[in-house]
This record gives sequence, C-alpha cells and structure tokens, in this order.
Amino acid sequence: MVMKTSEESRPTERAAGTATPWPADIKMRAAGLDFYYGGKQALHSIGLHVPTGRITALIGPSGCGKTTFLRILNRMYETVPQARPEGEVLLDGEDIFSLDVVNLRRRVGMVFQKPNPFPKSIFENIAYGLHINGIGSKSTLAEAVEKSLRRAALWEEVKDQLHKSAYAISGGQQQRLCIARALAVEPEVLLLDEPCSALDPIATAKIEELLFNLKDICTMVIVTHNMQQAARAADYTGFFLMGRLIEFNKTAVIFKTPARKETEDYITGRFG
Amino acid sequence: MTLRTRWRKFVNVVMLSLTGLCALFTVSALFFILGYLIWYGGKSLNWAFFVNLPAPVGESGGGMANAIVGSGKLLLLASLVGVPIGLLGGVYLAEFGGRTFSFLVRYTTDLLNGVPSIVMGIFAYTIIVIPMQHFSAFAGGMALGVMMIPIAVRTTEESLRAVPLILREGALALGASKWKTVATVVMPAAMRGIVTGIMLTLARVAGETAPLLFTAFSNHFWSSGWNQPIDTLPVMIYTYAVGPYDDWHRQAWAAGLVLLALVLVANIGARFVVSRGISFRRV
Repeated sequence: MVMKTSEESRPTERAAGTATPWPADIKMRAAGLDFYYGGKQALHSIGLHVPTGRITALIGPSGCGKTTFLRILNRMYETVPQARPEGEVLLDGEDIFSLDVVNLRRRVGMVFQKPNPFPKSIFENIAYGLHINGIGSKSTLAEAVEKSLRRAALWEEVKDQLHKSAYAISGGQQQRLCIARALAVEPEVLLLDEPCSALDPIATAKIEELLFNLKDICTMVIVTHNMQQAARAADYTGFFLMGRLIEFNKTAVIFKTPARKETEDYITGRFG
Repeated sequence: MTLRTRWRKFVNVVMLSLTGLCALFTVSALFFILGYLIWYGGKSLNWAFFVNLPAPVGESGGGMANAIVGSGKLLLLASLVGVPIGLLGGVYLAEFGGRTFSFLVRYTTDLLNGVPSIVMGIFAYTIIVIPMQHFSAFAGGMALGVMMIPIAVRTTEESLRAVPLILREGALALGASKWKTVATVVMPAAMRGIVTGIMLTLARVAGETAPLLFTAFSNHFWSSGWNQPIDTLPVMIYTYAVGPYDDWHRQAWAAGLVLLALVLVANIGARFVVSRGISFRRV
C-alpha cells in the first residue's frame, strides 16, 4: 500500500452522502488537518492513513508537531483552552469530532511519556477503566486485570503484589502498568507518546517486544524521538517537520530510500 | 586583614546575631505562653473540671463540662456548614472555573477571610438571633461555619492544584468524564492536603470568641438541642477571667490549656497526616 504525503492526501471522496466503503485495512485517517493554538498554527494540512493492526511511528525533531497530532487522535487537546483543529479525522469512517468524546477515548487509548499510575493499588489502577465504564462484577474484574497484565508482560512480576501501591514498582514496570491499564478497556487503537523515553534500554526492549505482540489486538501509533526504535518496531513511519508531514511510507522505504531530502537529512542525522 | 574584610565579617556577625535573636524570641514567646498555661492551668485541671457544671458563684468544685460539650457541638455544626461548601467551592475553583469568575470568587473568598470575627458575630446576630428572638447554638454554629468557608475553599483548591496534570490526563484518556476524573482520581489524591486544611481550620475556629458573644451567648447549664444558648470554652474563659473569683481565674487557665491542647493536637495531627501521605514522585 503506497502512502501519500500531505499534499496529495486531500480526500477525493467527500464523506457525507457518498457510499465509499471504508477499507478494512485502514483504522484512522486524517485529511487536511490544521491545528491552532489560539492564533498560532501548529499543524499544516496533515494527511495520513493509520493502517489496522500495524505499528505506525511518527518521528521528527522536537517541536515538529508529532505529539500535537497524536493528541488530536483521541481529542486530548481539549484540555487546553485555546486549541482548535480544522479538517477531518476519521475512525473507521466516523468523524471523531462528532463522536461522544468519552466513547472515542475508550476506543482510542493513550499511554503517556512519563508513567502516570494513579495513587491506588496495582489492581485498582487496571480496574479503573472498567469501573468507570460500569463493568464491575468482582470475578470479571479479576479476570480482566489478569488478562491485561499478561498482555503487558507484567503479570508474572506483580501477580503476588496486586494490592500494593502502584508506586512500589520500578519505572519500567509502572509504564507497563499504564499500558495494561489502557489495554483493560480493550481499545481499538493505542496511542503511545514516547513511552520509553523515561526508561532504561532493558525496560525499553521489554516494551517494544510487548508492543509487537499487541499487533493482533490493537492498532498502534507511537511517537518517538528515537529513530532506531522506529526502525526496529514500526511497520509504517511518518516524518514530521515544523508542523508538516513531510513523508509517510513503509518504514523500510523511509529509512532506506526516503523520497524527500528533509527526511534523508533527518535520518542521517544532519539535523534534529 | 583589610578594612573591607573586617567590615564584612562584622556585618555578618551582627546580622547572624540579630536574626538568631528574633528567631529565639519567636520560639520563646510560644514557650512562655505554653509554660504559663501549663503551670497555672495544670494546677486547676482535675476530673471535676471535665465532668461538672459550673458551680454557683463563690463555691468551688465547678467545672466546664457543658462548655467543652458546647464547643464540640458548635464545631460539629460549623463543620457541617463549612466543610461541604468549602470543599465543593474549592473543587469548582480548581477544576471547572472560568478565568474571570474564578478570579472573582477567589478575591471575595480572601475578603471574607479578612472580615473581623466580631463583625461576623454582629452579622449572625442580626440575621439569626433577632428573628429567632433568642441566642442559640444554631446561630453560633452558623457563624463559625461561615468563618470556616474561606479557608476550606483555599486549602481545598491548593491541594487539588497540587495533583499533577498528568494524573488527570491518564484518567481522561481512559474515557472518564471530567467530573468522574475529579471525583475518583484527583480528590482521593488530594485528600491528605484537604484533610489537613480542614483540621487546621477547625483548630482556628475553635478558639474564636467574638462571634459567640452575640450568638451562642452562654449557658451555665446543660443545653439541649440547637435552639438554646450554649456555653463554649472561649466564652467561659472570657467570663471567668474578668470575674472577681480566684476559683474562676484558675478555671479560666485550665480552659485555656484545654483549648491550646486542642489546637496543638490538631496541628500535630495534621502534620502526621501529611508526612504519611503519598508523594507523586516515582522511581
């Protein structure tokens, strides 16, 4: 599947009224997406497809807009008062800006840069998402918690300490806990904002491995400033620069035969 | 040693001594008061003090049982008024307020905090006592409760603001609505700070005398319900201290000691609560 750059991605199909079927191999799509903080434009005409069941990496130098873009996908920008997107973002063909935001966030989960477990026990952290969605019988909860912890490759390490505070485990374990917590509500998409930047290489490797194993159950979009990580872990990569998407393609293509000079300069370390 | 060096050393020594003396003076003042209270009050503190009603004038053996209970009742009513309003107001300011409205609310809260307690007393007198046509525990409790509100609002707001944004975002990202995030993540995380604030507020309000002179007034017998005048420790201290009887003076000291003990317990308890609290640092 050939990915297009931002200039070519303006949808030729118009959403309302046309019966263009939504392809199963695409989970989310952005088209003509601009983003403003007050009067300042942070993103210019972003267009890309997030393929289903794959890991998509967004790379670029600091301040290029990749995290800004990521936070649009689950509407987390709404915590900032003057933030305003314009353009189209679709999840399975539905416009995310008209979906109920609580519903959207259940389907599109997020893991943050610094591990942020709640000041509760490990069990309660993972059960939190289920609790607030009304799923709550004791036996279901215990099973769901175990399932999530297994998926996050954390079960063996904490199965005997489920009722200890989430702060009693190491940073790498806390981040896996946050991944387990996000997975507990069974999202269709998982957004990861530089999830390993606060962790050591061994913890990073563990997380990359578990992300690989999660491809069967959810689509992932990962922002990373670590190019080697993108090259290792991602199927598709998008290169952002100064609020624009310069190039988006299969990872192998981006890293070996980039089409744009800016991409090549970044990959080879000439800047950023 | 040059003149400049000598001058510098001299200034150092002078400032160190000056600041040290001031610090010493501060601490001494507290110990002086404590010492007086313990000495004079301790002598009169006995079982009778805690369980007896005030004796007829001139007789010994009276106590302040009703005043102690009275202070307790008023603090209870004050908490019922001040804590919910202060808590929820603080939640609004920290989580939901728009900029202009929050600024106004904060400003008026600080002004309310600055209103002299005797003015509060006159206010409660006019609004509650006069229509009811008698003094009452209810009026006293309401006056104290309103005095609690500003401090409760500010300490709640500050405790909530101290909870890191990233915790809120974690909850929002899981599909929690704004209110659920506040109720299930932010408030439990801020609870230690909030509890501390409330304990300190109670300690402060327990010793307020002026508003009670016009509202709860005084009652040398057991007061039942909320509609009768009621005795409280601060008012008893006032009444006894300016009276002519030695026995009364001794009891005033004892009451002062009890009040101070209450404040100290609240403060130390609050510090204890904070020190056992969960910090948000990790690894």
